[in-house]
Amino acid sequence: MKLTIERAALLRTLGHVQSVVERRNTIPILSNVLLRAEDGRLALSATDMDIEIVARTPVEGANSGATTAPAHTLYDIVRKLREGAQIELDSTHDKGQMVLRSGRSTFTLTCLPPEDYPLMSTGELAHAFTITGAELKRLIDRTRFAISTEETRYYLNGIYLHAARNNEVPMLRAVATDGHRLARMEIPLPEGASGMPGVIVPRKTVGEVRKLLDADGAAEQDIVISLSDTKIRFVMGDTVLNSKLIDGTFPDYDRVIPSGNDKILELESKPFAEAVDRVSTISRAVKLVIERGSVNLSATSPEHGTASEELEVRYNAAPLEVGFNARYLLDIAAQIEGEGARIALADAASPAVMQDAADSSAIYVLMPMRV
Amino acid sequence: MPALCRDCAHWHEGGVGRCVTCDSERLVAHAELAALAIAHIDCDAFYAAVEKRDNPSLKDKPVIVGHEGGRGVVLTACYVARKFGPRSAMPMYRALEMCPHAVVVRPDMAKYRSVSNEIRALFVQATPLVEPLSLDEAYLDLSPGVRRFNHPPALLLARLQRAVEDRVGVTVTVGLSYNKFLAKLGSGLQKPRGFTVIGRAEAKAFLAKLPVDAIHGVGAATARRMVEAGLTTIADLQVLPEDDLVARFGTFGRRLARLVQGEDSRSVSPHRETKSVSTESTFARDLSSYDALAAELTDLAQHLAQRLERAQLAGRTIVLKLKTGDFKNLTRQTRLAHPTRRADVIVDAARILLRREVGRRTYRLIGVGVTDIVPADEADPPDLFAN
Repeated sequence: MKLTIERAALLRTLGHVQSVVERRNTIPILSNVLLRAEDGRLALSATDMDIEIVARTPVEGANSGATTAPAHTLYDIVRKLREGAQIELDSTHDKGQMVLRSGRSTFTLTCLPPEDYPLMSTGELAHAFTITGAELKRLIDRTRFAISTEETRYYLNGIYLHAARNNEVPMLRAVATDGHRLARMEIPLPEGASGMPGVIVPRKTVGEVRKLLDADGAAEQDIVISLSDTKIRFVMGDTVLNSKLIDGTFPDYDRVIPSGNDKILELESKPFAEAVDRVSTISRAVKLVIERGSVNLSATSPEHGTASEELEVRYNAAPLEVGFNARYLLDIAAQIEGEGARIALADAASPAVMQDAADSSAIYVLMPMRV
Repeated sequence: MPALCRDCAHWHEGGVGRCVTCDSERLVAHAELAALAIAHIDCDAFYAAVEKRDNPSLKDKPVIVGHEGGRGVVLTACYVARKFGPRSAMPMYRALEMCPHAVVVRPDMAKYRSVSNEIRALFVQATPLVEPLSLDEAYLDLSPGVRRFNHPPALLLARLQRAVEDRVGVTVTVGLSYNKFLAKLGSGLQKPRGFTVIGRAEAKAFLAKLPVDAIHGVGAATARRMVEAGLTTIADLQVLPEDDLVARFGTFGRRLARLVQGEDSRSVSPHRETKSVSTESTFARDLSSYDALAAELTDLAQHLAQRLERAQLAGRTIVLKLKTGDFKNLTRQTRLAHPTRRADVIVDAARILLRREVGRRTYRLIGVGVTDIVPADEADPPDLFAN
């Protein structure tokens, strides 16, 4: 393989794949990125055996061939080269090496044979549908904060993506929960998604997909998602991400979303979040004393003292005292883009439901804590 | 030289041969007797003593508390049994080889705990600064301004020693000195019912004669290294400069340099924080399969959860301990999103750790514990999916 490529193109393409490579690997070749020049394109692949990302970029006058080079080292070198630099990659002289030349710099990287690079077989992905980058971004952003990190509940370590009905309207839903809060986001079900199995997309995959969505123009791009009940593929322009799915059963989340909470608290989202943030400096357990027209937020800590703040709200039900983990309130508030938020409560021990007053596509359930 | 009668706790300002009030010969005399205020009190063969108290027919018999058979170890051997060789921590089969006629009693930890609490309640009447080390030993600080009675500490201790015998029915040994290190050394010298005083004047000379492993913190391995280097008694260590000790023994050398001179600045602290709670079990036969090892975790976690419940504590980090068939210890830990005191949560986390380890070796012991200790009310936040 021998080719010349502009720094920006290589950096962008490498950037799409390198983050999937783990820092420490027991299998040496998994630290490498596979470079393959073919048909006027350079394809870079990286994998951790659970996720595989392949990104392609056009190259001119390439001498086709393949090699694998240390991913993080290569990325660091390219990052440090001058903007606008031309980079030559050459593995034609010695199979065990790739020479990188740019201006007056020369690097010789130790390589491993491309034949040894593990490729992920996805099998048949029977279900496929298309959504926009912006939709996928919202499905992820509104839910990923609630993904559990507890290994003991591995089936909660991802976003549950599935087809469902909301008032008989078919929806594509993303749900995540760690048992203490739950986030559910939905968009109208895209064509091709009806009949798809419910799948749990692992946290790391969610993170990698989300990173790809930060690229310029990704929001406007159409993204093709295809899946089986064990694998999922995201095709975003020149980049393809294949991932295994979590082999587990997501719990019946519908039953923990209360429908009869009749104490409705309406407040301004941003001032509320700021007040919660201030009060939680003392303790993450924040108590809300809710009365007609007002809520008092307070926190107490034996070491740090106390905090209290009053907010004007709309509330007409019976007075209520309830405690929440401030971190959880803030995570949800950060996803509410409208000015108003609505919290439906039952009592101090039952889950509360929080929503953007102007947007019903996302719903958040929050378990109170003892205060 | 002041002297104290250990039977009637009468204080004599001048040295005497017998107690002027009760004619007892059990007197402690020491020039610094009125000034020394740090004590270590150790119950004599505690578990066995409690069993003898509750079953007088055992009184003159050799009694060993522990689990019989297999790999049980001796928890406590009474003084009658000790004449034949059994000691605590010795494998039970070995103890029974030495003393085949011993009566083996299964331990009743709940009972020992409750007796221990009674004893501690007596200590607390003398001073609020009681630092329990285990069920059967504690440090007491009886310094002026701390102790509840304006009597010499030695006198308060003699009264406590009697009170424990009379009211609880077990005997204790007292070590009295000016710091924890020497107080504990003292209580180990003369047992049972002992009362040893180590003053500032003789501390160095007293230490000089002792073997190196008498120092708290010098275990078998360090002691072996010391002996190999020709350091057999504390006297050999006393002549070495601190730098030399640090060079040989790392950071412990700094502490060692002070201990061998009879210096120890640790204070007696009743609120010694619990840093971890754990429980373990040794198998009758080595185990290697995941299923067999995982099954052991269920009972251990249950037991651990009970202890956390009793102490009103919870932990956020779960620690799995394994000892291999060839006696290598290994520990693995995982930090949870929330502290817990629930047996099921502990088991689940410990099993994940276990699964990564099993396969290559056999194990003779498994243990599970928690660290990152917090008060119980911070544990196990309500869960949407609970039931």
